[in-house]
Amino acid sequence: MEKAKKRQFGIIATIVLAAVIVLGLMWATATAKKNEEHQDTLARVEKLGRIVWGVKADTRLFGLMDTKTGISQGFDIDIARAITVQISKQTGVPMSAEFVPVSSSSKMQLIKNTNIDGSVSTMTITPEREKIIDFTNQYFDAGQSILVKKDSGIRSIKDMNSSKYTVIVVVGTTAATELKKFAPKAKMLAVQDYATGMQALKSGQGQAMSTDNAILYGFATENPEYHIAGKAFTHGPYGIAFDNNQKPMIDETNKALATIKENGVYNKLVKKWFSNVPGLDWHSLEAK
Amino acid sequence: MNLLQDNFPTFLQGFGYTLLSSVIALVGSMILGTGFAIMQIVPQKWARKIGNVYVQVFRNIPLLIITFFFFLVVSKYIKMSGFTSGTVALMLYTSAFIAETVRAGILSVDSGQMEGARANGLSFAQAMQHIVLPQAFRISLPSLGNQFINLVKNSSILAFVGGLDLMYQGNMVAANTFDTFSTYIIVAIFYLVITLPLSYYMQHLERKLKHAA
Repeated sequence: MEKAKKRQFGIIATIVLAAVIVLGLMWATATAKKNEEHQDTLARVEKLGRIVWGVKADTRLFGLMDTKTGISQGFDIDIARAITVQISKQTGVPMSAEFVPVSSSSKMQLIKNTNIDGSVSTMTITPEREKIIDFTNQYFDAGQSILVKKDSGIRSIKDMNSSKYTVIVVVGTTAATELKKFAPKAKMLAVQDYATGMQALKSGQGQAMSTDNAILYGFATENPEYHIAGKAFTHGPYGIAFDNNQKPMIDETNKALATIKENGVYNKLVKKWFSNVPGLDWHSLEAK
Repeated sequence: MNLLQDNFPTFLQGFGYTLLSSVIALVGSMILGTGFAIMQIVPQKWARKIGNVYVQVFRNIPLLIITFFFFLVVSKYIKMSGFTSGTVALMLYTSAFIAETVRAGILSVDSGQMEGARANGLSFAQAMQHIVLPQAFRISLPSLGNQFINLVKNSSILAFVGGLDLMYQGNMVAANTFDTFSTYIIVAIFYLVITLPLSYYMQHLERKLKHAA
């Protein structure tokens, strides 16, 4: 009797467990399939009345988390807000902007998974990325530079082409790929985010940190003993990213971008964020 | 599969570093852990205190913080790479758990064993080495096995400090190919290649020692 009861329990437990696993798998495949189907981003944001933007949380001037409020602040966020307002006007559908912090390595996946609708996150337009996602016209002009200690004697990226130097980069940025072209002999240390990268630079894990000059200016402002060495050695403008084949959304955003550049909102934001950066000619960033 | 073929050297390098870090941390934490386990049960009060503080500190701080401490703070004064700081942190962290496991093993050896050994003229150290510790290890073998497996998996902490390990290389491949899903599946399989044999070996060892006893 006792044995039979035990066996019965075993059988029931197995069935329940198997059922849970099977149902879970079914649910997962169904969800995956639904996400894979072509979803029109513009239709989705119009229906829900909100645009979810992926923004940076560790990048001064562009998207930096305010630890008191928990909200990211920066040029990217203000651009996203301005574009949301503009798209609302264009489509006649009232929309709000929501912000989700993303990292350099997670932003592409979050767009593909539709966790975010679009991303304004210091994202360089590259042909490799264009295969996976869509970009709008550029909203910011940037190029790659290096941040070094002022007394390091390093004057440009060319000085770093030696195996005795280590350059710190962030995983998932274009800096890593570009670096191999300009300083192939230098060692590379890839960290998860810019804050860690800056700490690693300070504690001597590398002699330079390399990424877009616009981002490095933010760090130079905070750390006066560091400066940007040499001119930008690449040209990589930033674009706003959406999922693949989202022509309606891209068109609306490009239109909105053109409008805010024309009506002066864009220039106001450039002034707000970049006019206080030492060593940067912020007028060159303004829309003509 | 293409992903694996294209990036095989990268994955292999990561696999090598993960294995290397795990082996170093395993040997180191075993020695340190046993040392601190003994320290916690010796008659001297001050030694017990030190052993206790060590275990409590490293057991109760997240591994990531210990790693960043070595990578960002200690390296200001002593040069160490991401790999070194990650491995050292992993070793210290795991040694605290191993110390607790071994200590429990020692305590579960009947106190008559130690008393008998001492009565037969062995010193405390000799009795520990020849009589108590062998029995203690056998008792704590199952949970030691758990610690070893945890150690291998925890070595993914190296990815956060540029330690060139499997997870780090996985992140790089995922960032370059944008194929996150397949990359992490491959990384997971590589981890299994280390942990599954390890876990079978521990099971085998347990069975063998049971028969011996």
